[in-house]
Amino acid sequence: MNLGRLRSIVWKEFIQMRRDRATLGLMLGVPVMQLTLFGYAIRQDVRNLPTLVYDTSRTQESRALVQQFGATGNFRIRGDALSYQDAIHRIDAGKAAAAIVIPEDFARSIKRGRPVSVQVLVDATDPTASQSAISSALMVGQRTNVRLVSGTVGADLEDGRLPFDVRVRPLYNPALKSVLFIVPGIIGMILSNLLIIMTALAVVRERETGTLEQLIVTPLTRSEIMIGKIAPYVLVGLVQLTAVLIAARLLFHVPIRGSVALIYVVSLLFIVASLGLGLFISTLVTRQAQAIQTSFFFLLPNVLLSGFMFPREAMPPLAGALGLALPLTHFLQIMRGIVLKGVGLEALWPQALALVGFSTLFITFSTLRFHKQLG
Amino acid sequence: MSVAAVASRVAVEVRALAKHFGPVKAVDGVTFEIRGGEIFGILGPNGSGKTTTIRMLCGLLKPTSGTATVAGADVAEHPERVKAAIGYMSQAFGLYGDLTVAENLRFYGGVYSLGAGLAGRIAWAMERMMLAEIGDRLAARLSGGQRQRLALGCSLLHRPPVLFLDEPTAGVDPAARRLFWQIIRGLSTEGTTIIVTTHYMDEAERFDRLAFLSRGRLTAFGTPAEVRRTFGENMSLEDIFVHLQESDA
Repeated sequence: MNLGRLRSIVWKEFIQMRRDRATLGLMLGVPVMQLTLFGYAIRQDVRNLPTLVYDTSRTQESRALVQQFGATGNFRIRGDALSYQDAIHRIDAGKAAAAIVIPEDFARSIKRGRPVSVQVLVDATDPTASQSAISSALMVGQRTNVRLVSGTVGADLEDGRLPFDVRVRPLYNPALKSVLFIVPGIIGMILSNLLIIMTALAVVRERETGTLEQLIVTPLTRSEIMIGKIAPYVLVGLVQLTAVLIAARLLFHVPIRGSVALIYVVSLLFIVASLGLGLFISTLVTRQAQAIQTSFFFLLPNVLLSGFMFPREAMPPLAGALGLALPLTHFLQIMRGIVLKGVGLEALWPQALALVGFSTLFITFSTLRFHKQLG
Repeated sequence: MSVAAVASRVAVEVRALAKHFGPVKAVDGVTFEIRGGEIFGILGPNGSGKTTTIRMLCGLLKPTSGTATVAGADVAEHPERVKAAIGYMSQAFGLYGDLTVAENLRFYGGVYSLGAGLAGRIAWAMERMMLAEIGDRLAARLSGGQRQRLALGCSLLHRPPVLFLDEPTAGVDPAARRLFWQIIRGLSTEGTTIIVTTHYMDEAERFDRLAFLSRGRLTAFGTPAEVRRTFGENMSLEDIFVHLQESDA
């Protein structure tokens, strides 16, 4: 391995990257754009649901409760309903998507510490929207409980009953499944898809224009050519990762609970594995169009089997096993572990090891095939 | 080193060279020598073993049997030494269209580890190949002739004693072609050994000596005059090669 020769290739690769404005834009713009699109499109908590209020209590307490609903962001209070029938009628007509019905004895019951029910009507024709509204309403109920409980220390708590509850159908809380869950997945999806395609293209392009033939007649070794072509894209991958992490933080307020350094180390492994796969694809094809098609071959399994969209726990065994053959599957588990749970390598080393294995495998295969083709 | 001294040396020595791909004998026991400083043509139709021979001489393919030494290095034993000693200009020119003239030169100079001498060699190549005024132009924007000269410049940066030209004048206009051959003749006078493959028979007269390959075997060898003497004085080289090709088919 001659460092001077390696540096020449990397230098050339960067100049080409800089000249190719469209690809440069693709490399840096697309990750953030996709994150934004995916992030907003896939997020499952629906915001600003037009909501009516039928408040028969008309007290300070009931108005405070309505305000709590508004503060969740899921409900946007659109005005008062004249009657219970009127509320249902307007939901039927599509003029509102939810209504909060507060009973006459609301304030009185609370003051006396008696249980009281508040009804939330939700238009359930869109299950996603209604689920999210329901879960949000539940949270209001719980949060308000806590406040009321701390405010009224009394005998009522002894029988274990809470002062009032918001009655909704019991459903799992999709807030867990929304943006926070999806964003780490998007990071992996974007990195893997773009990097696979970009590397495959970068090598096949040289084959197509005949420069690869020229390179192998020079003292450059095959490993120098491969590493020289990969190295710049490792950097691109890290820049993409940074852009997406920042965007995820600013746009979706995704907390990073674990170590940022660890994220970069593990992402580096994942980037190299993806690049290795791209390199391998480039040894299978001769035209850029074929390279793109072959890369897309990995795109669908990445979406469906990696756990990006659908929980792997629910997959039939065969699909689950196939998913294990994708680097993205392991990377997703690591990213969700670090970003959302804040765990470290002590829990995630099997997945990290899998990524090391993939990288070694892909790059070894590519180098072998590369030798054979040009030898 | 004087021209005569260079010419007396053997630049390429090929002994019973063969390359088999399974049952196919692409090159089937070829023996010849190329002298230092000569312009040597390797001719033959597609599938004659021309490309396979060149690839072995460049250290890209290992011979099945026989030996070949290029600039003193055995192609099977020391392919890396061979690669450092040769220049190679392919039909596709091997240029990066999105790099400028100067950047292409700088890249190939770096690949040949020219180090401190790089700037001087780039200046030499720009001057000699008449590219000095268009150093900042992207290679993709060059004319066929300019591209050809840039490719030649790139392959000469490391002062290789042996230069391979693979179908060098395909798609280049006649004026640029003439200029190209003038440069090649000049290099040869200075002692560079030049090996050209072509299927343009009208260019064969430019070669000092030539070898004609057919089905992996050497069917004609010598100066253009010698080849004519063997096959018939009144025939052009082109006629002779068409004749050889047909008698072989």
